[in-house]
Amino acid sequence: MTRWAMVADLRRCVGCQTCTAACRQTNETPPGVQWRRVLDMEVGEYPDVRRAFLPVGCMHCDDPPCMHVCPSTATRKRADGIVTIDYDLCIGCGYCAVACPYQARYKSSEDALRPDVATKCTFCVERVDAGLAKGLQPGVDPEATPACVNSCIAQALHFGDVEDPASNISALLAENQHFRMHEELGTGPRFYYLWDKAP
Amino acid sequence: MSFGPQAWIQQHWDARAALNFMLGGAGAGLMVAAALAYPDSRAPVMLSLVLVAAGLGAVWLETGKKLRAINVLFNPFTSWMTRESFVALLLFALGAAALWRAQLLPAAAAAALAFVYCQGRILRASKGIPAWRAPQVTLLIVSTALAEGAGLALFFTTAPLAVGWFGLALVLRAIAWTRYREATRNPALEAPGKALVQLGTLAALVLALAGAWVPASAQLAGFLALATGLWLKLALVTRASLNQGFNLPRLPVRGAR
Repeated sequence: MTRWAMVADLRRCVGCQTCTAACRQTNETPPGVQWRRVLDMEVGEYPDVRRAFLPVGCMHCDDPPCMHVCPSTATRKRADGIVTIDYDLCIGCGYCAVACPYQARYKSSEDALRPDVATKCTFCVERVDAGLAKGLQPGVDPEATPACVNSCIAQALHFGDVEDPASNISALLAENQHFRMHEELGTGPRFYYLWDKAP
Repeated sequence: MSFGPQAWIQQHWDARAALNFMLGGAGAGLMVAAALAYPDSRAPVMLSLVLVAAGLGAVWLETGKKLRAINVLFNPFTSWMTRESFVALLLFALGAAALWRAQLLPAAAAAALAFVYCQGRILRASKGIPAWRAPQVTLLIVSTALAEGAGLALFFTTAPLAVGWFGLALVLRAIAWTRYREATRNPALEAPGKALVQLGTLAALVLALAGAWVPASAQLAGFLALATGLWLKLALVTRASLNQGFNLPRLPVRGAR
């Protein structure tokens, strides 16, 4: 069974925000709405300070709280793990946004394509589906891969099938130590962060 | 983390959403108090339904697609918001029927209880807001509704049963608040919480007892219980609602490949 996931190599990310720009251009999100964000973080006290850049967005959780709370069934989860929103069903109540522990959801009246309804990263599901229909491999063939991954100048972002042991991201996860954000909440996020090579 | 995005107060639900918990809770609590204290009176039942409707109307104003409001009924399997909506319909039906047949008041009160329980579960299911997802929030929401409704009821009658229920509801609310506070420790709730205990519980209990000699003091007690409960719920929704924020449990080890 296919399960799409994303991997961000924190050692490679330079915080250039190219992924953010590519996402915004591809998905035509309005000002203030960033489905793919890169957070700039510092840890420690001078002179022992470390800096890290953290790409964030919808984690396409295994057990998405946004889907459970949605009163209109607009938020759904596909068999391949991608969490989607039906913009024609959504009533824009914002319940999914307060249920998401990753602050990944937006609602904007300035959104020309999706006004006043919940929006978020879709893993560029249209590109994935169109690519698959052409026999392409998401995560390997750019035409079938999310825009943020294609645009990453440092090859920090990767996309692929985490259930396929031979996939690109399965190899990365096997070769490196990784974590997922807020795992303790039990949402099962499908966004992995690499931070060191495997011991 | 010494620099970076800290948790911030959610901006998706504002005072309009809070009004649903405030007015809806007080209205539902009044329905319960009405069923307990004086089943022949129509005014409290009417006020109860008006308050619940006003609360739902307020939260409706917050939705992005108002004309699609019917879609709120599509997910009774997992969404407490859908369940709240269905129970609200039942509450309106039973409440309206109880205006003509007082025997239906207990059924309407049961629906009112279910309504505030759904409200409590709505908050508890909000996994992105630590102050809301605490399991203790459900009892807090239910007990505040009962206390506020009992306080409102004192404006209609100061019969011993009404005053007794008021006292019981206040004690239940104070216990629920104490349990919730111990679990969450949210600075934004300290002031309203202190007011709820000191004014809305202790002072209100004394005033309610004094109502045996000075009837107006019972109404003052009801007002204090109502106002402090509403303040707490307003703060809970609009000021205590810090989101989860972000976490970086491991720092990248650079130069390793």
